[in-house]
Amino acid sequence: MMKKTESCSIENSKITVNEKVIFESRSAIFSDFAKEAYKSLELNYPKFHKMDNLSKLAFLSAEMILKDQDNSRTALVFANNSSSLDTDFKYQESINSQDDYFPSPAVFVYTLPNICVGEISIKHKMQTENAFFVLAEFDEDFLNTYSHQLLISGKADKVLCGWVELYQENYTAFVYLLTL
Amino acid sequence: MENLKTELKNKIIDVLNLEDVSAEDIKDSDALFGGGLGLDSIDALELIVLLDKDYGIKLSDPKKGKDIFQSIEVMAKFIEENRTK
Repeated sequence: MMKKTESCSIENSKITVNEKVIFESRSAIFSDFAKEAYKSLELNYPKFHKMDNLSKLAFLSAEMILKDQDNSRTALVFANNSSSLDTDFKYQESINSQDDYFPSPAVFVYTLPNICVGEISIKHKMQTENAFFVLAEFDEDFLNTYSHQLLISGKADKVLCGWVELYQENYTAFVYLLTL
Repeated sequence: MENLKTELKNKIIDVLNLEDVSAEDIKDSDALFGGGLGLDSIDALELIVLLDKDYGIKLSDPKKGKDIFQSIEVMAKFIEENRTK
């Protein structure tokens, strides 16, 4: 039997931790909202500004839970529906013109959805298990079954798992911490 | 040369998303990597793209970036001597 100990959700320009709103913005533009949240919550991790929007969303949701935790044995299991399509489109646009063909290395690195769990791992120096699934819709049973396997196998003491979906200006994140 | 240095600072801030940094914060002799602005390997690749796109300089050997991207001063001098646009 697993316990859900903490949770964070981000949608509609609002960050909620354990059902309490900790940040709210009037901005409907995700990148503006993320920048405001970063400053307001005093996160102090300049690499945040270089991330793509999906990674920023995952980072913000994870940070609210991981910042006060020992993360040395915490695994990450995330999923979404759009994969990294938001950034993939931006990258494609940047290389469409044969006369102005200058692919950005910084954009290219984010053309994989699992980069966002990598960013969280780097920030918290986590050398733990991580996975990012692309699913048709949020499937809590699937994520919890996978997380349970990590916990009972002894590969992790905690699993931060959830749904981190972003495409253009539509976004939602819901992550929660599981333990045995 | 002074104009080029200021132009370079603004371009670097823009292309590398160095929020909270202004051109005035970067000294001409500041190390860009390893301390200084704390840039990383992806930033180095972005600077190589910047040289190509904005100044028509193609670096066939990325390892040369280590010498060229020492500071704004060194970078500006290299661009003046090698630019094709």
